[in-house]
Amino acid sequence: MEHIELFFKSIFIDNMVFATFLGMCSYLAVSKKVSTAVGLGAAVIFVLAVTVPVNWLLDQYILQPGALQWLGAEYADYDLSFLSFIMFIATIATMVQLVEIVVEKFSPSLYNSLGIFLPLIAVNCAILGGSLFMQSREIETIGLALNYGVSSGIGWFLAILAIAAIREKIRYSNVPAPLRGLGITFIITGLMAIGFMSFGGMLTGGDDEAKQEETTTAKVEQAKKAEDNKLAENTTTINE
Amino acid sequence: MGLLSKKDAKLITDPLADNNPITIQVLGICSALAITAQLKASIVMSLSVLFVMGVGNVVISLIRNIIPSKIRIIVQLTVVAALVIIVDQVLKAYAYSLSKELSVFIGLIITNCIIMGRFEAFALANGPWRSFLDGIGNALGYAVILVIVGFFRELLGSGTLLGIKVLGDPIEKTGLYALGYENNGFMLLSPMALIVVGIIIWVQRSRNKDLIED
Repeated sequence: MEHIELFFKSIFIDNMVFATFLGMCSYLAVSKKVSTAVGLGAAVIFVLAVTVPVNWLLDQYILQPGALQWLGAEYADYDLSFLSFIMFIATIATMVQLVEIVVEKFSPSLYNSLGIFLPLIAVNCAILGGSLFMQSREIETIGLALNYGVSSGIGWFLAILAIAAIREKIRYSNVPAPLRGLGITFIITGLMAIGFMSFGGMLTGGDDEAKQEETTTAKVEQAKKAEDNKLAENTTTINE
Repeated sequence: MGLLSKKDAKLITDPLADNNPITIQVLGICSALAITAQLKASIVMSLSVLFVMGVGNVVISLIRNIIPSKIRIIVQLTVVAALVIIVDQVLKAYAYSLSKELSVFIGLIITNCIIMGRFEAFALANGPWRSFLDGIGNALGYAVILVIVGFFRELLGSGTLLGIKVLGDPIEKTGLYALGYENNGFMLLSPMALIVVGIIIWVQRSRNKDLIED
């Protein structure tokens, strides 16, 4: 159940492109044709599926506060989390190179279709973003980390496929000259993002957790109001 | 400008408008969109990028002749990551709530395409001083768009600028709100960032016909 929930959540609700704007650069640059978009999308799924679990291991056993405990009790106090950026990006860059070499060796046909996109991916924000969100959302097991990587990759794939199809069609439409190309792509992406927002209620509807959240926000609001009232009282007394 | 020759000054002024990194070169969009719901966050983000780009361009330009070209991407990423860690630690120390708000997006400066793009296109082929100017110019061009988007989204979305209620108080119905004005909460949601940038591109290209794509 946990897996299914995370799967649909990362594809639709927290879609990388529409909810967090990750990987926009390649999303805009490589979405002119459906065939290239499919290639890049597949490469992103592939690389996310490899890098997120690897970075999860790094995070659990090296970077987190107290993660070095397996080395011995005297290392338990170390907190290396400030190193996460450099560790993650180095892992990603090496994994991308490694994947490229392995794919070239074992599946030349796959290499021919993915090959040119792999180096591009090392600097795609979606990949680093996947690892950073994995860290900040505190994903618990390596299975869930793999699931998160694959499903957010699929979300990205869907987004670039959709925009590429729309851009192929829109070439025959009469778009105002200054909007042609980049401008209209931005606006369409905005509209698509509005569409994807409607998935927001998908997993919270009738859920106990959602109700709890509501009550907590209500409490917070009440507390805020109380504070405001106090402030107002204070100011009035000062004025008097 | 006594300090800068005409050619050098162009390095700074060009990216501000006709060669803007976001609207023309299509670089660095990810972070530009995600954190612009408030003006303050946009400004902090711009300053961070300014620092990373200025220093990073100089460093890359200084070591450009000793980097083997095969591993240059990893070298560049390491340099940027080190600079971004500095920015992140400084923000965590002096502006903790803001750094929480920017969450992963400070980290994502590492893969901000502007930085890698300018390293590849400029710093690898030019001296440190010119690279520094190019970095500052492009970061300012990035900042201009971020501040414009942040300004409109915060003004129309929550009626404030930098947290100051410029349009009056929505609860006590003062200022504009007395006339029945309402905040457009939709501006705070992510899709509007895309549409605002789309409109900026539209305005810019209608004013300068050379930029129109066919």
